[in-house]
Amino acid sequence: MSGAAMQTTERPPLMRYLILGCIALIMLYPLIWLVGASFKSNAEIFSSAGFWPNRLDFGAYAAGWKTSTEYTFATYFLNSFLITVPKIIVTVISCVLVAYAFARFEFWGKKLMFGVMVSTMMLPLIILRMPQYLMFRELGWLDTYLPLIVPSAFATDTFFVFMLVQFLRAIPRDMEEAALIDGCNALQLLWHIIVPLLKPAIISVIVFQFIWTMNDFMGPLIYLASVENYPVSLALKMSIGATEEVEWSNVIAISVVALLPSIAVFFAAQKHFIEGATSSGVKG
Amino acid sequence: MYENKRLGFMFVLPFLLGILFFKLFPFVASFALSLTQYDLIDPPQWVGLENYRDLAINDPLFTQSLGVTLAFVFLAVPLRVGFALLVAHVLNHKMRGINFFRAAFYIPSILGGSIAVAVLWRFIFAKHGLVNIILIKLGIEPIAWLADEHYSMLTIVLLFTWQFGSSMVIFLAALQNVPASLYEAAECDGASKLQQFWRITVPLITPVIFFNMIMQMVHGFQEFNGPYMITEGGPLNSTYVLTLYIYDQSFKYFNLGYGAALSWVLFALVGALALISFWSSRYWVFYAGEKDIK
Repeated sequence: MSGAAMQTTERPPLMRYLILGCIALIMLYPLIWLVGASFKSNAEIFSSAGFWPNRLDFGAYAAGWKTSTEYTFATYFLNSFLITVPKIIVTVISCVLVAYAFARFEFWGKKLMFGVMVSTMMLPLIILRMPQYLMFRELGWLDTYLPLIVPSAFATDTFFVFMLVQFLRAIPRDMEEAALIDGCNALQLLWHIIVPLLKPAIISVIVFQFIWTMNDFMGPLIYLASVENYPVSLALKMSIGATEEVEWSNVIAISVVALLPSIAVFFAAQKHFIEGATSSGVKG
Repeated sequence: MYENKRLGFMFVLPFLLGILFFKLFPFVASFALSLTQYDLIDPPQWVGLENYRDLAINDPLFTQSLGVTLAFVFLAVPLRVGFALLVAHVLNHKMRGINFFRAAFYIPSILGGSIAVAVLWRFIFAKHGLVNIILIKLGIEPIAWLADEHYSMLTIVLLFTWQFGSSMVIFLAALQNVPASLYEAAECDGASKLQQFWRITVPLITPVIFFNMIMQMVHGFQEFNGPYMITEGGPLNSTYVLTLYIYDQSFKYFNLGYGAALSWVLFALVGALALISFWSSRYWVFYAGEKDIK
């Protein structure tokens, strides 16, 4: 890992920092501006490129939170968490089990199944949407969170399985062999040895799944019909489409709030998470 | 214990069921659906290949949408991957604050897919939005980014490129595996930094470039939130990508058969481009010793 990181360069580091700083500023300025704009009046939003608002007004937050519907964003955030939390739990359990099987066990059809798993990572998901919709309609699951959660309980988010398999393959089996001699069974081994070893990778799975589920838009758009079930992403879309005259400052304020959970989770787990993502070569 | 085939099969069972019910079955069913006409009310009617013939011959919107999708992918994917490689290259040095920069460049990849960021993008490129305010301050004529069909594509391409962070961290890991001795040798022979980049860095990480290109291409073809939220496919369908058209046909007009046929065209497109890439990779991707892409 560290071989090339040692290389020295005659280019002054100041120059490098300047280039990187400029890129970072250009990339992050829209987000920074968004935060500033959330305190501005409608007129100021569309006239000033600066970050600092003329006044510090939380009015837009209050108004945006209340929404023009009968529900507040408290409902929509709760809905988002009602989807996200169970989905993360079933994802972690199923993906760890399956990754353990792929990384350690021998069983019939293993090569084929692994091949299928890797190739589904490249399958455009929209091709599955119509039959899935019809399936969930038959099951009576429309307008519930089941279509968004249940598939994940069957390790269908295959990039997580792949990520965990890659991680597990790199870990030597010594500890497991020792535990086997001590008389551990497969489940004890999984719980006491494998899961602790996999911890950094599991954190990556949790963070990715949290952020992707919070961001997910097309799934809820297709399966959810009643406003009371809407997650944040759909509610935000609705706040723009609802009226001709959009109160932009309110929308901006709520957008800031909507981004907060993902940003918080990202920073809380930043170190593990980027390394987990890197070592598996999985996309973000 | 690890030789116990039945035990291994038990562990992999959730995946097997999941892949059969939620992936393989819908995959096959979607093709069957594409050979029918189905509006959710009357039972599906078998029409054979008619949907495919229709979209090939008398659907100008499909032709438009196909062109838009290809333009988007061929612009946005090389931009994202190229930018990711460049920034990773600048970042690949032992220096203070590397973690800060890595996180800063990664944040857009985290948030980029969200509706909130799509909202932000609408603001930035609005008539009186951030970009135009800056342009006016610089004395440049403002541009109707979202209302002018020549510029609308650029806004969603920029949103896609902005999220280069995930490819970047993968490049960064690859660059750190390039042996320093190669650069030292090149330095002795008087190779310039640019030559070193093209003659050493790039050839040694072609597997990773290839991997990123393929994965990002698959993403590019599936881009939905940006065009849906920012430009709504417009103006004049200039950003009406195939996923948007598939969504509209299937879930807005409830032509599920036609939507399924469109999605199979998208699938064939992704598959064909992936195959071409794999075939071409023989000529430009070099695996040094091990075959692992890491």
